[in-house]
Amino acid sequence: MTATTLRPRRRLWAYLPMTILAGFFLFPIVFMVIASFKSDHQIFADMDSLRAFLPVGELSFANYAAVFDRVPFWRFLANTVFVTFSVTALGLIVNSMCGYALARMRWKGRAVVFGFIIATLVLPYEVTILPMVYLVANLPWIGFEGVRPVLEIGWLNSYHVQIIPFVVNAFSIFLFAQYFKSLPRGLEEAAAMDGAGWLRIYWRIIVPLSKPVFATVTILTVVTSPATWNAYLWPLMTVQSEELRPVMVGVQYFFQLDPAWGEVMAYVSMITIPMVAVFIVFQRAFIQSIASAGMKD
Amino acid sequence: MTIAGTDRAAAGTAAVARATRPRRRGDFSRSEQRAGTAFAVPAIVLLLVFVIGPALVALAMSFTNARLISPVAPEFVGLDNFRRALTEDAVLHRSFLNTFLFAALVVPLQGGLGLVLALLVNQRIAGRNLFRTVYFLPVITSMVVISLLWRFLYQEEGLINSALSMVTGGYFAGQAWLADPSTAMGAIVVMSIWQAVGFHMVIWLAGLQTIPEEVYEAAALDGTTPWQRFRHITLPLLKPTFVFVLITITIAAMGLFIQVDIMTDGGPLNSTSSIVYQIVQKGFQQQQIGYGAALSLIFFVVVFALALLQRRLTRDSANLWLASFAKED
Repeated sequence: MTATTLRPRRRLWAYLPMTILAGFFLFPIVFMVIASFKSDHQIFADMDSLRAFLPVGELSFANYAAVFDRVPFWRFLANTVFVTFSVTALGLIVNSMCGYALARMRWKGRAVVFGFIIATLVLPYEVTILPMVYLVANLPWIGFEGVRPVLEIGWLNSYHVQIIPFVVNAFSIFLFAQYFKSLPRGLEEAAAMDGAGWLRIYWRIIVPLSKPVFATVTILTVVTSPATWNAYLWPLMTVQSEELRPVMVGVQYFFQLDPAWGEVMAYVSMITIPMVAVFIVFQRAFIQSIASAGMKD
Repeated sequence: MTIAGTDRAAAGTAAVARATRPRRRGDFSRSEQRAGTAFAVPAIVLLLVFVIGPALVALAMSFTNARLISPVAPEFVGLDNFRRALTEDAVLHRSFLNTFLFAALVVPLQGGLGLVLALLVNQRIAGRNLFRTVYFLPVITSMVVISLLWRFLYQEEGLINSALSMVTGGYFAGQAWLADPSTAMGAIVVMSIWQAVGFHMVIWLAGLQTIPEEVYEAAALDGTTPWQRFRHITLPLLKPTFVFVLITITIAAMGLFIQVDIMTDGGPLNSTSSIVYQIVQKGFQQQQIGYGAALSLIFFVVVFALALLQRRLTRDSANLWLASFAKED
């Protein structure tokens, strides 16, 4: 008898704090999307009631239209997508190969390289960002004038300055190495018997067996790297040209003494919703990936 | 970018193929030596250029009065930049204190709340996946967006104030959170936790799920209370997760920048200025790259010392976590 009378109350105690917390985590995001459809006047008028979270009053796409007038949105978006894709794809290749060499091959210098990678794990990237600006401003690059290659000095204002410095990632290497270590021993020996070389073994045997860690590193790179979807400080410092800038830097176009908040909400909704949509679709993989990042094996 | 590596690995491939017939042990090792190096080379080169490179640049620039764009060649100024940073720059000292304060608040609060959330969504109840998703949502929202959004929420006539006024029945009059030196940093702390706690919830959750159910069942049979089980089973078994959470939140907190840049510009009265904000201000906005480089080096030393300290304090578990990989076999 006690069990049946207790149960609903216990359930209430389980759901009540969770629901309140859900409200706490959701309210700014709901407000953002709702406000993006309202005029500034309406946003402020609705502020002192629950109307702030409800699609009531005069709703329109006027703010969105204004955003397209103010910034080259599609260009920003294309830049971000291109840079995000490049950093992620190149990172998967470079970091997984290094992780593989560390985890499953014996070579001189392995211990030193591993120690070095572990040491860089504890550094926030902001530590080197300023000297890095100076460094990339003086690095050589081979550009093209028509088809004629020319030597250029300085990487500023380019796509490669947004991509190449962030390809290598100590944490990604670490995750790959851990995963590769967990694969059964003797895979390489068996393949080598059949005459396969290391690159072939890696590409044909190891990579197909390691899809989960590739998914994990992809998701972690897109969500947490300072050079992918969320890139802000680095492109702010190294890319002045509007044609090359990513979406997050675009928020600067809305900084004014008295911002048009409806437009701000429209712009931040536009640069948030694509990621949220991707997250909702691959939700399980996202959570799984973050979870595995914290596990030691 | 892997071209060099591919060629050398291809050479290794041929060597393995040759060696597979009547293979001598030595041949295999030599090809492994070559291929191993080739596989790691692209990453090593990039690490050298973009981690060691900037560190060396910082070291070299920090003894000069170099400017970012200047027709005049930089001059050697000895330890001037460090002297200025350590003895004269009061704003910098304030920024160090602010950053430490930020970390000291965010690390325990975010780590703790993350654990609470993990315990909540680890209950076997319907809809727990939905709650996980909701708590995680801010993590995939950019800090740039969040900062801009909360700048609006924190205004005097903003949503936070109207919510507080509603909850307290009009008792709470309203407050311009970001404009008051005594509340601005606290406001940034709350928002930062709101954004990132879902990430650590997931990390804790993964730790919780490694604890076998039978352990709890056995303990329950022994007549223990839920609190005793949490205190004596859950917490000790979560120690490796604890170390990971501690280190990752600390690293992230020391890099505090975006929130400050977008919400307060370091103000009011430097009450929210952070180390990275000062590095960007001095080294980039004001173009004093020599001085900024010196600040970067000081910051580097501080972060590294902090990391060593944490490793030492949590030695056993930290080693367990890292060395699960490092040990030779």
